[in-house]
Amino acid sequence: MDDLTLQRRSPLSDLAERIRAGAVTGDRQVRLTELPFLTMISVRVDPGSPAAAAVEGALGAHLPRSCGQVTADGPHHVLWLGPDEWLVVSETAPSDLHGALTDAVGDAHAAVVDVSANRTLLELSGPSARCVLEKGCPVDLHPRAFEDGRAVMTTLARIPLLLWQTGPDTYRLLPRSSFAQYVACWLLDAMQEFGSDFLDGAAS
Amino acid sequence: MLQLSCPWCGPRDETEYHYGGQAHVPYPEDPSALTDEEWAEYLFFRDNTKGPFAERWAHSAGCRRWFNVVRDTRTYQVLAVYTNSDPRPAVRFGAEAGGPR
Ligand SMILES: [Zn+2]
Repeated sequence: MDDLTLQRRSPLSDLAERIRAGAVTGDRQVRLTELPFLTMISVRVDPGSPAAAAVEGALGAHLPRSCGQVTADGPHHVLWLGPDEWLVVSETAPSDLHGALTDAVGDAHAAVVDVSANRTLLELSGPSARCVLEKGCPVDLHPRAFEDGRAVMTTLARIPLLLWQTGPDTYRLLPRSSFAQYVACWLLDAMQEFGSDFLDGAAS
Repeated sequence: MLQLSCPWCGPRDETEYHYGGQAHVPYPEDPSALTDEEWAEYLFFRDNTKGPFAERWAHSAGCRRWFNVVRDTRTYQVLAVYTNSDPRPAVRFGAEAGGPR
């Protein structure tokens, strides 16, 4: 069979140039990048069941048990989506990971679904990244309430997405593919002000 | 804006939730045995309480789970939040002070 990955297009391929050009440099820098085509597997299983333990064995990571938690092992990150629902984000090939997890749960009451095409991943980084997100996100992202390593389902600019902080100034945003262009355009617009100089206070 | 505390995710803005109407309206044991009037009553008729009111909410932009809230319809004060497997909390009519927001 032909390698279909050669023909795939990310939901943001049309915006690639605008995203590159939208990077803000200087003291208040912030840049947007797309990390397309990551493997994403949705896992639904009773967290206390043998099937959940089998999934944890196959991943080498615990299924996080509370909102905001992310666990990791090697190429896999496991994000909490609900009390019996997780999203595995991985650099492993989708078929390999899906196969391994399907084998792990066997006939148990569980769902393991390849949802890699459901979302794309945008990374927003730089000292102004939090200020940009705070314009449109209802979750408190201040370090006293949110930190590196946490991920939550919330909304940005009124659309639902997964927001995952992966560094002091780095956030990963996972909107559904059909919302990706809107989110990227909204972010590029929100980033713009950080590229301009402060106005001289005396002039006002 | 109302702030509700999801039993799984904690406090979030109202915009992350969807309202699901009155809680504790059981599906009829034997729907085919109902008269048209009883069926209409089940489908369309709800209380219009002035005061503490048990209602359903879904954290649709978060964990996507349904849960119940007792809210005072006069003040919008949230008096209790509980999951579908929790017992229905005893909330005193006219409870004004305290309780989770
Ligand atoms: Zn929730």
